[in-house]
This record gives sequence, C-alpha cells and structure tokens, in this order.
Amino acid sequence: MRVYYSDVEIFEPLSEQTFPLTARLQLNIEVNGMNGLTRIWKREWPLHFMLIPGLFLVLLFSYVPMAGIIMAFQKYVPNKGLFGSPFIGMKNFQLLIDYPDIGRIFFNTMFIAVMKIAAGLFVPITIAILLNELRREWIKRTFQTLVYLPHFMSWVLLSGILVDILSPSSGIFNQVLGWFGVKPIFFLGSNDWFPYVMVASDVWKEFGFGTIVYLAALTSINPSLYEAAAMDGAGRIKQTFYVTLPGMMPIIVLMLTLNIGNVLNAGFEQIFNLYSPPVYESADIIDTFVYRMGVQQAQFGFATAVGLLKSIVSFLFVSLSYVLAYRLANYRIF
Amino acid sequence: MKNGPADRITLLAINLMLLALVIVTLYPILHVIFASFSSPAEIVSHRGLLWKPLGFSLEAYKLVFADPRIYIGYRNTLFIVVVGVALNLLMTALGAYVLSRKNVMWNKFFMIMVTFTMFFSGGLVPLYLVVKGVGLTNTLWSTILPFAISTFNLIVMRTSFQSIPDSLEESAKIDGANHLVILFRIVIPLSLPVLAVMGLYYAVEKWNGWFYASIFIQQQELFPLQIYLREILILSSTDSLSSGAAVGEQFQIGATIKYATIMVATVPILCVYPFIQRFFVKGVMIGALKG
Repeated sequence: MRVYYSDVEIFEPLSEQTFPLTARLQLNIEVNGMNGLTRIWKREWPLHFMLIPGLFLVLLFSYVPMAGIIMAFQKYVPNKGLFGSPFIGMKNFQLLIDYPDIGRIFFNTMFIAVMKIAAGLFVPITIAILLNELRREWIKRTFQTLVYLPHFMSWVLLSGILVDILSPSSGIFNQVLGWFGVKPIFFLGSNDWFPYVMVASDVWKEFGFGTIVYLAALTSINPSLYEAAAMDGAGRIKQTFYVTLPGMMPIIVLMLTLNIGNVLNAGFEQIFNLYSPPVYESADIIDTFVYRMGVQQAQFGFATAVGLLKSIVSFLFVSLSYVLAYRLANYRIF
Repeated sequence: MKNGPADRITLLAINLMLLALVIVTLYPILHVIFASFSSPAEIVSHRGLLWKPLGFSLEAYKLVFADPRIYIGYRNTLFIVVVGVALNLLMTALGAYVLSRKNVMWNKFFMIMVTFTMFFSGGLVPLYLVVKGVGLTNTLWSTILPFAISTFNLIVMRTSFQSIPDSLEESAKIDGANHLVILFRIVIPLSLPVLAVMGLYYAVEKWNGWFYASIFIQQQELFPLQIYLREILILSSTDSLSSGAAVGEQFQIGATIKYATIMVATVPILCVYPFIQRFFVKGVMIGALKG
C-alpha cells in the first residue's frame, strides 16, 4: 500500500480518533520513514504546550507539598528547612498516640461528620418530597429561592449571626425558649450542646441547596406510576412510600456513597469560627487540632503527622466512596 | 390526584410547614437587617423578636463606612474574585481541552496525576511552606495561584468538552485552525453554560474565602473583606470603631456595628443572588448527575 505524505496530513484528524497510539506510531514509521515519536511530537506539541501552565501549578501546589509530608518524620526546625531538620522516625506518631485527647478528637470529628451526613440526607429528602406534593409552581420556586440564601453566606458571617442569636443573655433563641419556661442555655459554651448546634446550623445553611438534587430526581419519575398507584387505591402517603421513595432511591444511594468520603470532614470553617477553649472537649476536630498545632503552636512536624494520618484515612474513605458509587449507582467522575 | 377534604387539609398542612421553615430559616437574617437600622440604645434593652427596626438610626452604618478597612477589604476581595475567577477558568479550560483530546500521548498519565490530587493532599503545613518558599506570602496571589486549578471542575469541564461532536473540530482543522483557535472559537462558546456556572461557584467561594488569606497574609492592607469581618464579628474588635463615642454609648453602638457590618458585607450577595440563583441550580446538576 502506498500512502502519500499529503494524504496522511489530510486524514490525520480521523486517524487520531480511530487508530490507537501504537498503530499510529507504526503507520508513521512505515509511511514516512521518520521516527514516529518525533512525528507525533511535531503534531501534538501545541497540546502539550497548552497543558504546561496548569501542570506547573498542580505540580507546585499539590505535589511539592506531598513531598513535604516527610516533615511528619522529622523534628522540623524552620531555620534548617526540610533537608537540614533531623529525622526522628515515628516519634511524631508515637507522640500522637500518646496525646491524651487524640481519641476524643477523632471521635468528635466522626461524630459530628456522621450526624451532618445523616441530617444532610434526611432533611433535604423530606423537604423535597413535601415540596413535590405542592401543585403550584410559584410556591415551590419562591420557597426554594428563599431557603437557598444561607448557602451563599460565609461561615464567618453566619457565625457572627449565630453567636448573636444563641447568646444566653440576649440571644433571640433563648428568649423564645424562655416563653416555654426553658432556662437560658449557653449553646456554644456547653459541651452537651455544641456538636448538635453544629449539625443544626449546618442543616440550616445547606438544606435548601441540598433539595435541588432530589427535586430534580423527583421530576423524572413517570407520572403514570402515580396514576396506577392511585387506581389501586394508594393515598398520598402510600404513594410517597411506594412510588416517590423508590423513584428517588438511585440518587439517595449516590449521595450517600459520595458522602462516605466526608466522614473525616466535620466542617473546619464552621467549628473554627464558633468554638472556644471551654468546648474543646466536644468541639475539637482533627482540622482544628492540626491548625492549632501547626499554625498557632508551630509544631510543624507533629501537625504534619496528624494531617498525614487524616489524609491517609480520608484517602481510604474517598476511594471506598467512589468504588461504592460506581458499583451501586453507576456513577463515574469521568 | 384526589381533591377530597382530607387531601386539602394535607396540602394546607404542608404549606404551613414549609412557611414555618422559611421563617425559621430567614428570621436570623431579617433580625440582623432590622437591628442594623435600629437605634443602639433601644436594641440593647430590647427583648423578644424583632419585626421592624426599633427607632431608626444610621449611626452604625456611618461608623462602619468611616473605617478605611472596609474599603481595603472590598478592594482586595474584588481583586481576588475577578483575577481568581478569570485565571481559574482559563487554566481549567486549557487543561480540560488538552485532556479531552483522544489518543494524545501521556494524557492518561496526566489525567491520573490530576485526579490523584482529589484524593490525597500534602496538608496545610507543607502547603504553607511551599507558598512561603516561592515568595507568595503577603501577596494577594497566595489566595489565587495555589487554587487556580480545581480538580473537580477540570474533570467536569473535560467531560463537557468531550461531548462536543468531533466533526466540528475536524472541519475547523481542515480550514487550518490550530488548537487555540479551536478552543476559543468553537469549544468554549459551545460550553459557555458550564463555564458560567463554574465561574459563579468559584466566585462565591472566593468571595467567602478567608482561611488561606488568614494564613498566608499578615499585612492589614492586604486583608480580604471576610478577615475584616471576622475581626469585627468573632474576635469582637468593635472598640476601635466606636472609640469616638462616650463610654456608655460605646457598648450600645458596638452591638449595632456588628449588624451593620454584616449588612455591608452581605448586600452585594443579596443584590446579585436572585439573578444568579438559577445558574447555581444548574451547577448542582452538572456536578452531581453528569459528573
């Protein structure tokens, strides 16, 4: 077969789609007698060139810091740097295991995170089902627009508002509770209350936004299913349990599996802006602990060790979540 | 569906429940709005819910706007949002375009490399040292460059680029277009909705961001708005603002200054929110369903 150089040029875009790399290499060698790699490079260099800026940033700010985790095995001294600081083996991890509060910190993290995941599934699903029962479009739309709002405000702002309304002396919330004879509660200063306040305020901020996904899933349920159910004598409640919920199941499973990766993310910004030393016992999570150790107390090696432990466990959870999402909900990130 | 009396009662109950929910959700924000316009003396002694401003006073706003820090904060935040979003979209589009081409050498490797950053990171302290090492600390760039590429956005954009028919690009190629022309004249215009949504998400994230700025930036004149807010709201440094007032009033004005500051920082969001809200709804669907 004789193929002219000019033919190949013209059909190049086609061949990119249809021939795998090795075949193209071979074809190029056969056709042009030219080194295949050089030819591919000649054609593809603009693409690789376009990737350079992004790749550079990813390497610099994602991969170089990964090399920095060797600090976890060092007694890091800022003046000596990464290469001058002495290695101390697993001492930082030993310190971590011996640290009196470490069990509590891991427990707090998972306790708050798991409650948030559960509430973050339950509340939006319930609201979506209730909204779906309404027939008037404008009520649905207005409701949604109004309750999305807190999602767009930062935790700095919302924390300011929360501190104010939850204050035991002048806060609105305690005053309302007072009408029912409840004595003022120091929600943000009490270890009994703090984790639940975190969960409740997180739901407050996110539930509206969370309903979007479920509402979309609801619109894709075939209306004839409802008609058939009604024909069989199912009322509103039965329809909800036998038509609506099964119809939402795929998206519920997907959201649940994707959330498994968040088991160690209890919400740094929220807790950091709302906690105080008296509630460390119930509020301190891994991220806030790493922050205090690393940024405030400058124990870089130790903080990195704690962070590394979190990264590894998170890595396992996130991987598990994607595997499950793929297996159970056929979800792939790409 | 049935429309019997029992059914109507259910509907009414649902409507009332949702109405109650809206009130509970929005009341805290309304409270802030009303309190910010109230006269300081009345707000301090007030008990119970607030359904309208008590008296009317702009004293708190005057004090907030008299503080140069709020202008500095606004300026820095605007810079971070505008430059950050532009850079993020450019970088993400470039990366997504290359990685969406089929059969390009090393693409699989780069894709794995980029995706891995979603699963694992070096952590806070090493990142700080890198940012410090390249001399970005105490610059606004420290809050932009390390986060210019968001892996998840890159993957979503790549997926969206892949869905564009190959024939469009092929015909452009035959007409002599190079990759940059194809990207900017064909691929990006066709993916504009995705880009818009991503830009908005990213803009909100940048507008609300304070954490990395608080770590990388020490100079007051480079603080974004949120850090200034944090000082006023959470670290409660209203003293410097109300120092002009007499001692007794100082406490009272301090209370309303908080509310006014929240308002000043939130009004821009409240203004654009109704218009962009529907884009965010689209964005959720792109992220969650198509992936």
